[in-house]
Amino acid sequence: MYKKNKYTVRSNKQIANLVYEMVLEGDTSYITKPGQFINIEIDKFYLRRPISICTYDESTITIIYKVVGEGTEVLSNLKEGTILDILTGLGNGFDTRRSKERPLLIGGGVGTPPMYGLCKALIKEGKKPVVVLGFNSKSDVFYEKEFKDLGVEVYISTVDGSYGTKGFVTDIIRTLNGYDFYYTCGPMNMLKAVYELIETSGELSLEERMGCGIGACMGCTINTKNGPRRVCYNGPVFKKEELVW
Amino acid sequence: MVDLSVTLSNVKLDNPIIPASGTFGYGMEFKDFYDINILGSFSMKGTTKEERFGNPTPRIAECTAGLINSVGLQNPGIDFVVEKQFPLMKKYFNKPIIANISGFSIDEYKYCAEKVDKEEQVGIIEINISCPNVHNGGMSFGTEAKSAMEVTKAVKSVTTKPVYMKLTPNVTNIVDIAKACEDGGADGISMINTLLGMRIDLKTRKPIIANKMGGFSGPAIFPVALRMVYQVYEAVKIPIIGMGGISTAKDVIEMMLAGATAVEVGSANLKNPYVCKEIIEALPSEMEKYKIDSLKEIIGKAH
Repeated sequence: MYKKNKYTVRSNKQIANLVYEMVLEGDTSYITKPGQFINIEIDKFYLRRPISICTYDESTITIIYKVVGEGTEVLSNLKEGTILDILTGLGNGFDTRRSKERPLLIGGGVGTPPMYGLCKALIKEGKKPVVVLGFNSKSDVFYEKEFKDLGVEVYISTVDGSYGTKGFVTDIIRTLNGYDFYYTCGPMNMLKAVYELIETSGELSLEERMGCGIGACMGCTINTKNGPRRVCYNGPVFKKEELVW
Repeated sequence: MVDLSVTLSNVKLDNPIIPASGTFGYGMEFKDFYDINILGSFSMKGTTKEERFGNPTPRIAECTAGLINSVGLQNPGIDFVVEKQFPLMKKYFNKPIIANISGFSIDEYKYCAEKVDKEEQVGIIEINISCPNVHNGGMSFGTEAKSAMEVTKAVKSVTTKPVYMKLTPNVTNIVDIAKACEDGGADGISMINTLLGMRIDLKTRKPIIANKMGGFSGPAIFPVALRMVYQVYEAVKIPIIGMGGISTAKDVIEMMLAGATAVEVGSANLKNPYVCKEIIEALPSEMEKYKIDSLKEIIGKAH
């Protein structure tokens, strides 16, 4: 169930190369699961910008986004106190019940934020998540401390080797064992590599260029084993077993 | 009390607001967010004989005051829609709907029309001869007067329900096509479908849309749509459902003054899912502002 509402920007700060963290204040009652997203109207742009939720509480939503175009550029310049028109409660989110004791959480770049809210939810259920994050370079790394503060194991890879393990998340995953399920969000090529490497079941959060974000326009359709599915409405989280590459 | 009601052929609508085909699915995605029974009607997602996945993604490109889409008639096929979707639809929408159908041959149009003709819930059949996103059909029927008339006649021969032909603006003279549809027996005209457009990504130097081009819609095309409705109103006697960038109650009034009996609201639903509700709620005060007692009375009054 989505809802359109007004939200106030409480903070908006750069936390890595081109990456910003924004805290919004307003109604969060329509958000039900980690892995859901919000759709933000930005002045002078026709379409809203879909951004995944990092974490939320009774009155605030934290999002982390990368400046990739003109819309997110405007977003990055918004000052505290700005009022935004936002749709919340979008997407299906991750199913925390599907994992057991030791779920593996894999985030790539700005696919990392939903892993944070998910990590908190899993800990609340008494689970001990293991977190693997992949970035291009040291200047891109964010939220390492935040994850560590949750008391979980955190492994980081960078493609150029400037921080953590040199290589990709899959180079770290190969060295890990004992996990029973995985959750992941990140670039499509990373998702595919993870999908091919890990044998256990999992859930993958996909990205596709969206029109409406509410399932109306059929702009973000992917093909799955169960037929065409809309990433915004039937996803963005899909079961490993549903996907076709 | 102002009067918002209008009549399309024999179908009486409480108000002229109709979500446009392709922006409202089969109503499912909107029914939980407001009571969609407040709408005049809604035009269902364009449906073809066979199930269609549609075009590759990206299918969406943003534009100034609008967007380009290249969905390519993704739909589960008319048999599925009639057997599975219609019974569901009855539970959440108690007014006549507009069944939007499309085809790749005259026979496919006829097949779909015969199917929806039997459905009590269908008030009007809207024939899409104007989709810019599919090859060998869709728009090609709507770009020539002769083929537009052939489709009209063929569909009319298999249904007793009002048939509205949905026209493309991507033609030299839309008036000729509208007249051909009228001569073929059409009960009304729906206009306009999207304008063929494209965007190029400066970083990749390639078209944003996987199919390169797509249909441009949104507030940016409103003046084009308005002009075309105005021209067609002068040339035909059958009612027109006007559409193209309508986003506000003011736009509705302007489109009706140009000659539309009712309007479809498309892209605006994608930006604001509540827009049709907001327009319906805003209409009475907007009408009072312009001293309009009944919307029926302003149809074509700009002429």
